[in-house]
Amino acid sequence: MIGVDANRGGSAHGAPLPRAFFLTPRGSLWGDRIFQGIVYAAVGLFALVMTGIVFALVVESMPAIRRFGLSFVTGQEWDPVKEAFGALPFIYGTLLSSLVGMAIAVPLGIGAAIYLAELAPFWARAPIGFLIELLAAVPSVVYGLWGIFVLAPFLRNWVEPLLGGTLGFLPLFQGPPYGVGMLAAGLILSIMTVPFIATVSREVLLAVPNTQREAALALGATRWETTWIAVLRYGRSGLVGAVLLGLGRALGETMAVTMVIGNRPEIAVSLFAPGYTMASVLANEFTEATSDVYLSALVYVGLLLLAVTVMVNSAARLLVWTVGGSVKGIRE
Amino acid sequence: MKPLQKRVIVNGLMNVLSGAAALLVILPLVLVFGFLVYQGGSSLNLAFFTQMPKPVGEAGGGMANAIVGTLILIGLACCVGLPIGILGGLYLAESRDPRLPWVVRFLADVLNGVPSIVIGIFAYTLVVLPMRRFSALAGGVALGVIMIPIVLRTTEEIVRLVPASLREAGLALGLPNWKVTVRIVLVTARAGIVTGVMVAIARIAGETAPLLFTAFGNRFWHSRLDQPIAALALQVFAYAISPFDDWHRQAWAGALVLISMVFLVSLAARLATSGLQRRTR
Repeated sequence: MIGVDANRGGSAHGAPLPRAFFLTPRGSLWGDRIFQGIVYAAVGLFALVMTGIVFALVVESMPAIRRFGLSFVTGQEWDPVKEAFGALPFIYGTLLSSLVGMAIAVPLGIGAAIYLAELAPFWARAPIGFLIELLAAVPSVVYGLWGIFVLAPFLRNWVEPLLGGTLGFLPLFQGPPYGVGMLAAGLILSIMTVPFIATVSREVLLAVPNTQREAALALGATRWETTWIAVLRYGRSGLVGAVLLGLGRALGETMAVTMVIGNRPEIAVSLFAPGYTMASVLANEFTEATSDVYLSALVYVGLLLLAVTVMVNSAARLLVWTVGGSVKGIRE
Repeated sequence: MKPLQKRVIVNGLMNVLSGAAALLVILPLVLVFGFLVYQGGSSLNLAFFTQMPKPVGEAGGGMANAIVGTLILIGLACCVGLPIGILGGLYLAESRDPRLPWVVRFLADVLNGVPSIVIGIFAYTLVVLPMRRFSALAGGVALGVIMIPIVLRTTEEIVRLVPASLREAGLALGLPNWKVTVRIVLVTARAGIVTGVMVAIARIAGETAPLLFTAFGNRFWHSRLDQPIAALALQVFAYAISPFDDWHRQAWAGALVLISMVFLVSLAARLATSGLQRRTR
């Protein structure tokens, strides 16, 4: 297969390459064969890891799948003592906290990307971009520490009383201010996902061909109108992809959320109330799982989490790639 | 108001708004880092790097075992992640197959988005269950799997940048293909690959979730690699959720050390890349 195509040069991605590659054994050169074997072994191992992840989770969660089936997803009770396991509170917590996070992160992230790619003075672009990338490198547990000791008290003493006082007629902002809870988790998630959204969106915008901008400017559009008409519209699907990548991060984020969400498996409407997420229940209870069913139920939660994030990420990749056949170097 | 005036005003307004968004995005960096230096700096001293954790109630002590543990875990992760990542990236860059590389690339990107705690479960079933105990090895496997997609994709990108003429020169001299790849292509792409590796290390150095039920943490020196091992990130987590003020102070100091490590590695990676760009330009 490879040998046949090898001499054509050029590929779907990137510039044409010269004819000879290590993947084309020439004559009876054993060195080439051996090296080819090693490379294929590495790729095979990678594929094995990918299938292994899915396989391991399915096998380990089998007892729980057999016992609870799909009602696991709708069950509201999580009581290890009675061996009653329903994951709805965790699913709800994961979705709500991610939703709050995205509501804040999306406008900020895309706004920052527009500024960096289109509107900022040139000298400011590289330093601000670098700072945003640093923000993405801060470990989750550090955000969690900061969340416990700085953000949560701040929310308890200032933000939540204020929100409760002014918007308290909404069920979202009712109840006693604990500090830790959905709101804190959502805020931490927004801080953590915004750098991803901003950097990927910036890459998407930078990949929009300059002819788009020039055409709009030539018609007399202002810089903002150019951005709005010619750039954002062109990069639309890539931007959606960037948002989905951020969402994928938010859904799977573990440590920081575990530290500030309050860890109570209840479904509450109020953002002030403590909640629980799929990732945090794994973090908190996995090593404590005493019975096989308990452990299996936890792995089942992990399997659901994997399924959701893989779907969100695949969609994101495909969307980013559609703008990007040309977009290279988009990395998180 | 004239239409043109309005358009100019909207333009200015959006300029300000997007600039404000950029500032708001950076603000947490200032806040987080400021608090880390303020809270962590005061509890950071030489003892932190040289001593073991003290029991509750005794002031002082350090995280020497956790710092060493993190370094060991990074080393183990590299043993798992680098061969697969670099060889896989080489494959992606050089393969002529029309379909398979696309699949591998896609899988790598999906793996990059898999929550690290799920990868922890994978390492748990792969290593911890058969061995029947938590171990440094399991932690290394979990972190190594997290490294693979990052190393793989950067290697691919960098290898693509190696000029074809270099390859042709080697082949013209009669070198076999594998030698051209190993001695010319990989050597030329060295700096870029190292950058990718450092980005990956920066990412895993602070990972906590996958270590919770693989490396598990340890309050003492680990004796062997098949025993539980301490890690800085795990220790910070354990101390942060504890009820003791002394431990909170240690957690801040640990977080400061952790973030300094991560930033230094990221900065080094960044400098290496900019040097690389200058040279290839």
